Amino acid sequence: MNEKIEREKDEVMPIMFDSGNGFALPVLNQSSGAQDPNAEGTRPAVGDEVRAFQKRVDGKAGKQYWRSIEEWTGTPEFEAYVTREYPSQAEVIVDPVSRRRFLQLMGASLALAGFSSCAYQPKEEILPYVKQPEEIVAGKPLYFATAMPMSGGATPLLVRSNDGRPTKIEGNVDHPSTLGGTDIFSQASILGLYDPERAQAVTYTGEIHSWTSFIGEIRAALEVEKTKGGQGLRLLTEPVVSPTLAKQIKDLLALYPNAKWYQFETAASDGAHYAALEVFGEPVRPIYHVDKAERILSLDADFLASHPKNLRYIKEYAKHRNPESGVAPSRLYAVETTTTATGGCSDHRIPMKPSEVEVFARAIAAAIGVGGVQEVPEALVQLVAEIAKDLKSHRGSGLVIAGDEQPAAVHALAFAMNGALGNVGTTVQFTQPLEVNPVAQLQGLRALVAEMQQQKVTTLIILGGNPVYAAPADLHFADALSSVQLRIYHGLYNDETSGYCHWHVPEAHYLESWSDTRAYDGTISIVQPLIAPLYQGKTKHEVLSAITEQSDRTSYDIVRAYWKSQLGSNAEQAWRRAVHDGYIKDSALPARSLTAKQNSALLTTPTKQAQPAANTYEVNFRLDPTIHDGQFANNGWLQELPKPMTKLTWDNAAFFSPRDARALHLENSMGSRGGDFEVNVVELELAGRKIKAPAWILPGQPDGVVTLHLGYGRTRAGHVGSGTGFNANLLRTSIAPWSANGLIVRVTDEYFEMAQTQTHHSMEGWNLVHEATFDEYREHPDYIKEEEPPTSKDLSMFPSWQYKGYAWGLAIDLSACVGCSACTVACQSENNIPIVGKEQVMMSREMHWIRIDRYFTGESDNPNGSVFQPVPCMHCENAPCEIVCPVGATVHSAEGTNDMVYNRCVGTRYCSNNCPYKVRRYNFLLYNDWNTESLKLSRNPEVTVRSRGIMEKCTYCIQRIQNAKIDSEKENRLVRDGEIVTACQSACPADAITFGNINDPNSKVAKLKASKRNYSLLDDLNTRPRTTYLSVLRNPNPALKPTKTEPA
Amino acid sequence: MAEPEPIMAEKEVLPIIVPGYTFATVTDKISAIVLTRKTPRGWYFGLAISFALFMCFLYAVSVLLIKGIGVWGVNIPVGWGFAIVNFVWWIGIGHAGTLISAILLLLKQDWRTSINRFAEAMTLFAVACAGVYPVLHLGRPWLAYWLFPYPNTMSIWPQFRSPLVWDVFAVSTYATVSLMFWFVGLIPDLATLRDRATGKVRKVIYGMLAMGWRGSARHWSRYETMYLLLAGLATPLVVSVHTVVSFDFAISILPGWHTTIFPPYFVAGAIYSGFAMVMTLSIPIRKFYHLEDFITMRHLQNMAKVMLATGLIVAYGYSMEIFMGLLYSGNPHERFQMLNRMTGPYGIFYGALILCNILTPQLMWMRKVRNSVGALFVISIIVNIGMWLERFVIVVVSLHRDFLPSSWGMYSPTRFDWLTYVGTIGLFLTLLFLFLRFLPAISIFEIRTMLPAAEIKEKH
Repeated sequence: MNEKIEREKDEVMPIMFDSGNGFALPVLNQSSGAQDPNAEGTRPAVGDEVRAFQKRVDGKAGKQYWRSIEEWTGTPEFEAYVTREYPSQAEVIVDPVSRRRFLQLMGASLALAGFSSCAYQPKEEILPYVKQPEEIVAGKPLYFATAMPMSGGATPLLVRSNDGRPTKIEGNVDHPSTLGGTDIFSQASILGLYDPERAQAVTYTGEIHSWTSFIGEIRAALEVEKTKGGQGLRLLTEPVVSPTLAKQIKDLLALYPNAKWYQFETAASDGAHYAALEVFGEPVRPIYHVDKAERILSLDADFLASHPKNLRYIKEYAKHRNPESGVAPSRLYAVETTTTATGGCSDHRIPMKPSEVEVFARAIAAAIGVGGVQEVPEALVQLVAEIAKDLKSHRGSGLVIAGDEQPAAVHALAFAMNGALGNVGTTVQFTQPLEVNPVAQLQGLRALVAEMQQQKVTTLIILGGNPVYAAPADLHFADALSSVQLRIYHGLYNDETSGYCHWHVPEAHYLESWSDTRAYDGTISIVQPLIAPLYQGKTKHEVLSAITEQSDRTSYDIVRAYWKSQLGSNAEQAWRRAVHDGYIKDSALPARSLTAKQNSALLTTPTKQAQPAANTYEVNFRLDPTIHDGQFANNGWLQELPKPMTKLTWDNAAFFSPRDARALHLENSMGSRGGDFEVNVVELELAGRKIKAPAWILPGQPDGVVTLHLGYGRTRAGHVGSGTGFNANLLRTSIAPWSANGLIVRVTDEYFEMAQTQTHHSMEGWNLVHEATFDEYREHPDYIKEEEPPTSKDLSMFPSWQYKGYAWGLAIDLSACVGCSACTVACQSENNIPIVGKEQVMMSREMHWIRIDRYFTGESDNPNGSVFQPVPCMHCENAPCEIVCPVGATVHSAEGTNDMVYNRCVGTRYCSNNCPYKVRRYNFLLYNDWNTESLKLSRNPEVTVRSRGIMEKCTYCIQRIQNAKIDSEKENRLVRDGEIVTACQSACPADAITFGNINDPNSKVAKLKASKRNYSLLDDLNTRPRTTYLSVLRNPNPALKPTKTEPA
Repeated sequence: MAEPEPIMAEKEVLPIIVPGYTFATVTDKISAIVLTRKTPRGWYFGLAISFALFMCFLYAVSVLLIKGIGVWGVNIPVGWGFAIVNFVWWIGIGHAGTLISAILLLLKQDWRTSINRFAEAMTLFAVACAGVYPVLHLGRPWLAYWLFPYPNTMSIWPQFRSPLVWDVFAVSTYATVSLMFWFVGLIPDLATLRDRATGKVRKVIYGMLAMGWRGSARHWSRYETMYLLLAGLATPLVVSVHTVVSFDFAISILPGWHTTIFPPYFVAGAIYSGFAMVMTLSIPIRKFYHLEDFITMRHLQNMAKVMLATGLIVAYGYSMEIFMGLLYSGNPHERFQMLNRMTGPYGIFYGALILCNILTPQLMWMRKVRNSVGALFVISIIVNIGMWLERFVIVVVSLHRDFLPSSWGMYSPTRFDWLTYVGTIGLFLTLLFLFLRFLPAISIFEIRTMLPAAEIKEKH
């Protein structure tokens, strides 16, 4: 038995360190526990080999390994053990068997069947460490720095690895570009890594082939190309940020001088590109310093949405809105063409049609003194004047941001306004774009399609992206693609594009890859793998290397070689530092000082707006808030994550303003199951192309505008993503990729069922979210007490329980929260929370432990804004759930947390009924996937995977609390403030969530709770929540119509 | 509690038993149903339908156990749905039996003798139907025994502050006492059947069940004492069971549940629905088995009056809820809850509930209605529906919109909810049909004591 145990101990996942992918450098060594004395074991010999091995040992040949004294000495006990374990050694079997003996044996084996089972080895192959790696202590996680490349840069990350399996994404706090914030996409990428439906093998027209046969074929084809200088060779990539990859591509192009390289992604912001070319003469891009901006005008820029490039902005914006920080609060005027989080968090939400944004921008610019004079619509005169006045009075501390979706004119106006206001150099700076070779992407794609149609392309290599799905409809990309002789696709999934390509090489997930990228500020970030590829994935570097070089280099070699050449003297040390830290210090792109062209046509000449036909709508296209351009369509966490503004899951919809909906007689009728809505299906026609879409009525949506989100309607996304939503790309054109007019809407007699997690949007006049202006707060700091007198603490006859040691508590600053939902996904990842699917969401059974309640404020058609309220478990001191549980499955800890004992839960759901916050989640069915092998690897081993019939809820990440306590007790000290970071807190880019010990008056959380803004949700129930909120403050312009502060 | 006064006042008017019966004819008539009369076709037909419904129950429960509670329509926020609605409904129905047999016995209401056996059986079957729900509605029903304080190696006890644990005690005690009361009441009649049975098997079975009853004076003396004692034991249960059931709601903090009026109002409601159910069942049975002589108009009228009285208590409960919720409490959540009950998405249920439980029964103030078997039958069914709606409104409508609008939801039963509900009705009817066929539905010996002959004897 001892033998067995030792071997199992050795069975810790070796993947990481055997991968041949080079060294991985952990950032944090969680513990330097004692070395396992058995670490230097041999691989256990199997069956017959034992004797041979013995002989070899006896022969004293080579180095001798032995497992035990018995083995060493060859004692009879050891012989017997071997015989017992390996029945092939049992001599009695080979004896001729008499009937009598046979029966004896049968009887004995029956009787011993129970005992013998423990002497057999498990079926799986056992691979012990040949050498115990230094950092590994069984059960202790390690953290590795890496970065998730995504459009618009990368999210720098620290990834937790449990026994060689990446299980949780955390932000890289040291990284200058994000300072530790994360977005939903990086948080959910853990699930993407373990997605069993990722492409797993190299295929040729669907048949599995080997990597070498691929290389053979492609090299042969390229040999032919080479003779023509690569005239028929085309490369289509996503915008390339990685310096290594760029160099490889350059090498490729050098080898094939007539080949061409195109870049395309759905999120392309060609408007900004053109504007920079026009105004500055070169493609530069603006970076904002929102922390220095006191007055911000957003021209349809959703810069507070969850996205890698916004993480820093969210953090800076939130800091600026915190009265305790001592900084004068900023004021945000948000022009928006659909309801966004940015508009929701703003001080003045200004909804308008996409076509009006330029007019509005021009009017403001004119008022500031840039560009020509613009007719201002009557209704906007005062607004324009006030905004311009406000911006002008904050020279150098104002900021105008143009949205990525805006046309070049608006970007140019924003550049000019910032220039005129002296903001350049303070709140705005211009740097080189992240892309190594910035291009106008749609123009490029159009050229590629034209070449393909003209049969000029013989070999097309598509590296990443999913152009067949994502290309604008007017290009007919798929048709053109079919005329290419050899089509090679390198992508994560067997998707729409791979269906059109001969070869499909599975892409390695970024957590399996060596690469490099730039974060949003340009800081070089090293992408380091956490695990060897689960399937036969290859990185882009490897694919390019395989087809350009004769040697088959690994991406580790390629990336390292590149940086060795870049890092100058002492390169090895610098490289190791970069891998360890996850980034190269001071490698952010430097600010450029540029001279703007003052008389650019973009500034002086208004764009001619085509007069829209009567009864048509403007349409604008947006990237989906949770599944982005569709690349995350097969990620269940993101599919089920409620969209921040609509709280819809699993679908996109055509958004209509309430007034338009009334005119069209559209209705969203609440169903009878709790989360289901029956909505009209509308037929949308734009320039002759038609699609059908469910119509969703969205408060705050500008009248006359229909918003469609891209990313849905995938046909080959996988089991999770295929068939969800509709494909808005089918209406999108390369000429007007983000907005167009002339959309014809026809209401059909069809209906569609949608799943929404929050079906009510007003607070019924209850004080759930306290909101005030900064001025009001300054004058009446006690306004919350005035609004809602706090419940006395001594209502009970019994004295309150005294928390002597720790008393854990959480404070959530609603002023900071932008509703990005990173906390929800982080919690899902940390706590092994399952997804339930659309049907179950429609039955109101979603499982998120922390949800984000979104309430609109102001009138229902055109709300002033919205508030986001993350709601985890309140951990009430007088917890209503605890007293009603008949079996004591939810109990209070001595530190004030309300704990769930899953094993004890019988599932009466009484606790949930009695929970006024409805934060408890119930496994109505077996929601967790217990069978898919790859998903088993994804789980956090410190959190129970719940089965059906069990209640669950936020635990304040009790596993993290316990780990910190164990560490502190080992060092004989108290847990330090900030040592425990809950998953939601760590994910939050706005630092809205603070956890800690409220018994310690110096802790951050205790200080927040002492703030006058602090209040308890449903205080009158006397539940005494440990989770409390800090009220929302806004800073509206007093000269403009005062924003109503009472929630509707 | 039922007010006995009007019952006394009409005593002279209608007889409990139609005159002309002797000891022998009473025994003949009642025991014949079990022993000699040919089993009517209708019985087979009825049993077949009931059993088919019962099979729905078995199917629904099998699916439930295999797949989990998610096959029902419950969700977050509506954690309790049909299961608890039906549980409370069935438990309430059971109450009339205990009330009739125990409290009316102690109050010496002779008229109860014709219906008590039958009402007690109804109690038992209703409790059986009710009892399956709390177990099935658990996420892990196989662990239901954790709610009992049984000794275990980990020294874990139930959490005694939870009303669900009180429920376990209340309902299990109630079921046990009801069973004993019913069985003890059956013993003399089982002996009669044993003596009159012809077949060997019947003799043996009834003989065993009769537990050696010989009808000696000593037997009778002990029997009477024990029966009274059991009646005394059962009496508080009438009040306690539904009081405890109401605690499931009243103890919570949910608007619409957190109400001190619940215990008396639940008890009254239970008796109300129980009498309605006795009426619903006794009217067809008396017709079918020609028992009009024993279950007379007197009984029906008395039951109608009890319903009227308890119905008014229930009406008082409703008006208090409205008064507290809308006017007196000043609590916005309570106020919203009441308004939502009346005008929210389930407002129609509340309207139907008022119509069924409060308005319709007022017809029984009219003597004409009380004298009409048909009218009483219809009203009793309406009240049964009304009482079901009451539980639905309390359980589901309170839950679906509580404190945070963000968490509001809806509830809609799935087909498995319906199958389980219909299935328990099947279970109830199946048991009832078997009872009618194999046991005397009316207490023979007690009816005999009602005869004038018995009275004369006693006086001498």
